Amino acid sequence: MNDWRPALVPAAMLRHDAVRDAELLLLPERVVVLSDTAAQILRLCDGDRDVSAIVGELEARYPGAPVAAEAPRFLDRVRGEGWLR
Amino acid sequence: MTPAPRPWALLAELTHGCPLHCPYCSNPLELTRRSAELTTDEWRDAMRQAGALGVVQTHLSGGEPLLRADLAEIVGAAAAAGLYTQLVTSGVGLTAARLAALTDAGLRSVQLSVQHADAAASDRIGGRRSFADKERAAAVVRDAGLPLGLNVVLHRANLDAVDALIDLAEDWGAERIELANTQFYGWALENRAALLPTRAQLDRARETVERRRRAGGPDLVWVVPDYFGGEPKPCMGGWGARSLTVAPDGTVLPCPVAAALPGLDPPSLRDHSLEWIWDRSAAFNAYRGTDWMRDPCRTCARRTADFGGCRCQAYALTGDAARTDPACALSPDHRLVRDLVDDGPGGAAGPVPDFVYRAPGAAPGRSGSASSPSDADHRA
Ligand SMILES: C[S@@+](CC[C@H](N)C(=O)[O-])C[C@H]1O[C@@H](n2cnc3c(N)ncnc32)[C@H](O)[C@@H]1O
Ligand code: SF4
Ligand code: SF4
Repeated sequence: MNDWRPALVPAAMLRHDAVRDAELLLLPERVVVLSDTAAQILRLCDGDRDVSAIVGELEARYPGAPVAAEAPRFLDRVRGEGWLR
Repeated sequence: MTPAPRPWALLAELTHGCPLHCPYCSNPLELTRRSAELTTDEWRDAMRQAGALGVVQTHLSGGEPLLRADLAEIVGAAAAAGLYTQLVTSGVGLTAARLAALTDAGLRSVQLSVQHADAAASDRIGGRRSFADKERAAAVVRDAGLPLGLNVVLHRANLDAVDALIDLAEDWGAERIELANTQFYGWALENRAALLPTRAQLDRARETVERRRRAGGPDLVWVVPDYFGGEPKPCMGGWGARSLTVAPDGTVLPCPVAAALPGLDPPSLRDHSLEWIWDRSAAFNAYRGTDWMRDPCRTCARRTADFGGCRCQAYALTGDAARTDPACALSPDHRLVRDLVDDGPGGAAGPVPDFVYRAPGAAPGRSGSASSPSDADHRA
């Protein structure tokens, strides 16, 4: 996990949906509606930042939030779905 | 009328032209002529309107979408409208150069269909030599780094090859394989007696799928054969609820096979805006929600989960589109499908007939009945 630099798989596309005012993750046969926080985390998955850099960014945005515990777990779950690599 | 939810997906049937002649093809028996197809500008406008309406995903299909010389422009318009684009193709004509133009325009993923794991059997089902083209197309997609899905329509002539088909998906580098038991519409309905499998074939195939799932490998999607299970499919996620289809000539439909429903009078993009069609047209409101239902659906707990099944299947089997889908065990017409699968072809109903290959004018009772594949379709 330490040297993992998460990035969306090429099949996935992240976008804001202005019609529904929602954050979406689009896949070949699926549309996943994301929470705003989930979308923010995935936007940081650019293949350059490692997990601690992502956590650092989020902690700066949300001082005091339990980011260090929750963000890595979320990233793992999304990787388990096959949407991050 | 409560306002309809916004549609998520657009199935764009760019043409009915196709180099193949699959007897299971769900395209209508009356294939749209190439000269009646929407123009490039009309498709561009359709994509723009779809994006504005809330559509976020489009499947570019047909017929064979690669027959459209302007495919890259259409992909570009879809991408510009924010749509996730997937090409649904037989693979015939998908060269590296062609794919590069499509990915440059914004294509995101490819779904390739194959008829069988054995080259000769695949060519026989498709009614044309095409397996080698498909193998090349798969390699081209993988080389371009695009996600590749394989689609196999399953029936009597290939259900015994499911294990080999999953091997093929692995060999070809597919990330997922959709094992889609034949839905009986269009040419498939015409060929139903030749396509319907035996229960034993289905049971074996299902066991194979479960075993291969446990072993890992590509994602396996098993689309259930609704004639056999007693449960109707939640067709299209509800009529006019999640997606819409634009047919080659601009006719807009709640599902790709709804053109066969008499009296539906589907609207055209050439006469109305997509928004008007989605929100206000009689065709999109005909079976929306649950108000149109009769018994047993009207009072059934599952009515908001399966929407009473498929309207087109209800019509095809009973002559009345507003009846419960006969695939449902609770339908008073359920014996129509049970009889078909219990003493189906090869059993009490007699020998299994030959395929009627898809081609313009090939359906029995239509003009110019040809019973063997020709490439007239390709040129049509
Ligand atoms: C009508 S085809 C058009 C695209 C392209 N010609 C192809 O076959 O891949 C669209 C998709 O529907 C599938 N299909 C065709 N007939 C079907 C049927 N009767 N039941 C289920 N799927 C079907 C095809 O395998 C393909 O994946
Ligand atoms: S004939 Fe086969 S390849 Fe052509 S559109 Fe139909 S399913 Fe696709
Ligand atoms: S009766 Fe109608 S709503 Fe109930 S399960 Fe059957 S098709 Fe679905």
